[in-house]
Amino acid sequence: MKRIGVFVCHCGTNIAATVDVVKVVEAAKLEPGVVHAAEYPYLCSEAGQNMIIKAVDEFGLTGVVVSACSPRMHETTFRKAAAKAGLNPFMVEISNIREQCSWIHKDSKDGTEKSIILTRAAIAKVHLNEPLHPGESKVTKRALVIGGGIAGIQTALDIAEAGFPVDIVESTPSIGGKMAQLDKTFPTLDCSACILTPKMVDAAAHENITLHTYSEIEKVEGFVGDFTITIRKKARYVDMKNCTGCGLCYEKCPVKKAPSEFEQGLIKRTAIYTPFAQAVPNVPVIDKTQCIKLKTGKCGLCEKVCTPKAIVFDQQDELITEKYGAVIIATGYDQISLEKFGEYSYNSPDVITGLEFERLTNAAGPTGGDLIRLSDKKKPRSVTFIQCIGSRDTSKRGKPYCSKICCMYTAKHAMLIRDKYPQIEVNVFYIDVRTPGKNFDEFYRRSAEEYGVNYIKGQVGKIIDQGEFLTLQSVDMLGGKRMDLQTDLVVLATAIEPVKSVRIIASMLTASIDTNNFMTEAHPKLKPVESPTAGVFLSGVCQGPKDIPETVAQAGATAAKVIGLLVKDKLMTNPCTAESNEKFCNGCSACTKVCPYGAIAYDDGIVHVNKALCQGCGACAVTCPSGAMDLQGFSNRQLMAEVDAICR
Amino acid sequence: MTNMSRDVLHTLSSTSIEKCMSCGRCSASCPVADEMNIMPHQFVALLKRREVEKLMESNTLWKCLSCFACIERCPRGVEPAKIVEASRLAVIRQQGESHISADEIPKYLESESDLPQQLLVSAFRKYRG
Repeated sequence: MKRIGVFVCHCGTNIAATVDVVKVVEAAKLEPGVVHAAEYPYLCSEAGQNMIIKAVDEFGLTGVVVSACSPRMHETTFRKAAAKAGLNPFMVEISNIREQCSWIHKDSKDGTEKSIILTRAAIAKVHLNEPLHPGESKVTKRALVIGGGIAGIQTALDIAEAGFPVDIVESTPSIGGKMAQLDKTFPTLDCSACILTPKMVDAAAHENITLHTYSEIEKVEGFVGDFTITIRKKARYVDMKNCTGCGLCYEKCPVKKAPSEFEQGLIKRTAIYTPFAQAVPNVPVIDKTQCIKLKTGKCGLCEKVCTPKAIVFDQQDELITEKYGAVIIATGYDQISLEKFGEYSYNSPDVITGLEFERLTNAAGPTGGDLIRLSDKKKPRSVTFIQCIGSRDTSKRGKPYCSKICCMYTAKHAMLIRDKYPQIEVNVFYIDVRTPGKNFDEFYRRSAEEYGVNYIKGQVGKIIDQGEFLTLQSVDMLGGKRMDLQTDLVVLATAIEPVKSVRIIASMLTASIDTNNFMTEAHPKLKPVESPTAGVFLSGVCQGPKDIPETVAQAGATAAKVIGLLVKDKLMTNPCTAESNEKFCNGCSACTKVCPYGAIAYDDGIVHVNKALCQGCGACAVTCPSGAMDLQGFSNRQLMAEVDAICR
Repeated sequence: MTNMSRDVLHTLSSTSIEKCMSCGRCSASCPVADEMNIMPHQFVALLKRREVEKLMESNTLWKCLSCFACIERCPRGVEPAKIVEASRLAVIRQQGESHISADEIPKYLESESDLPQQLLVSAFRKYRG
């Protein structure tokens, strides 16, 4: 019989205000094998841990139960304490009486009763615990960054600077992301390209960074420290080594009707194109859906004018397989589709989104920075911005969250207009102006006080395009009046959402994602740049809306965590892996089919678990019809003992 | 207005005014907000402040077209038109004007006027004393 000690935590008042911890201790004392039980205000504190260490020695404990918060919070803490006391760390069981009891029960009686039951279950499990010993696995000292926007570039640069090789996979033909499309940046109004392009060039030139542009993740295998990832380099139809980036090809290309992705569809581009002048790499791609040669076999003008013979029409997609120790998701965002918001007349050329405005006001943009109405090329007499389009919207049309960047970029847009064209009247319809950030509120106030931007607390119900101008059915809530405001150009602060492909990437990496498709962090406060899946890290808007300063800060934090992993030579593996009992195995191989890690080999009628690959998810154990498959640390016997204890 | 409380209106309208974030899209969408002395967003705000009497006395009750544009465009699912409708019903009931009684229903059903049954049901609901 094991000698078990039970320790019940108050967690200040977090647990003790709802759960009668003394009763839990008294109940635990009655359980078989329990030789000591005690409560303490904060077990995770040094004094609390020392109490456990002392008790192990004093009472000769061979098993420990800690009734406290979730094991995700402090299981490691208490296992370490047990190890200090000379126990095998896997002889510690946690019963979660905070998240599962005190935090969800209002009634003290119920909360206490459930705490007693869960503690009883943990005691029953500890009786069957065996000492476990973690193995070791290697760390491939190379990182993969998915996404080449400012988040991905910054993370890659920081990791590369620490001396580790990094690959960036970017789905479009150039790195740079959304920041490359922006005109100026708040709150300092410095030129976005001026601060971004040096970083793009640095990334391309860095000896530790390899760029895979126009590429996507095809397949992911392995686990933390030892991922094997296949990258699909889409056919560019241009040889990257030979191309000099002279640009003759796209000057001569006769197809001029493809909407330019970089210019937000405001102008057309050719079939062979580089997305923008400062693209890195400065090598064009051929859009195979547009190219006449690739579609019909005729044309080939670009090939004829290309002196270094870089055009390769028979180029195929290339698959590259590489090993990585860590993966960083930095896939960024898109603006939501405005299809469902018919009342805003987005189909009118004079109703545009925030990102489209960035291109329209950019000196390198389709109008050379000249602000005009796209319908009649006339200078607008007034421009009206509408905030929160699709943000903070709990209906099926929008997103329930605040997109966070719009208040500030709208203040920036408004200021840019008033600075360049003082005669243009600028209105902003807002619900709340949210500017928490260094020098942010000052910036917003400056737009109103010094630049005379007219902020109207209220919203627009409908936009009617009347040709010469637009009429906005709107309300001024502070003035308490309905208005039919006439304006020449409308900018919609459109909600942002994670790029659609992030779902596929997340599922390949078995990293979790929330209901809005934002990547979930391992802990919202204490592990904000790690995914709950070991070895997968997050950077930028894929984790939640954020602006450039925040993204760059997070990218650095992510890099620090990745470096912390890559400097290790070996990792301790989780010993809670599956094991098959040959005597019971009937050779049905059902387990091999459900294993998401490909860790089970089927050989000659029996199965064998590869301990290095097994992540201990337990899918095989529940699938096995003969009970041969078992998970160490969570054996069938242990789980049944817990159920029995609960039902007693 | 005496015994009509916010909670009664709340129940009658089955809406959640707590969800309102005061964006004003309801009033901006309302085709007759110009003619109302209390616009839809103010209507919700007054109900939040329990100033039910003001609502009962407002002309909003009689100007509202029940076009439901406010409901359609509300980003938070507040449904202002339902609150206006509930207030209207409350006033009508309170005035004690009985335009139809249960005894009369069979008469209408049997008559050759071919009145839709649904109309009778809703009239009975709205106009009984």
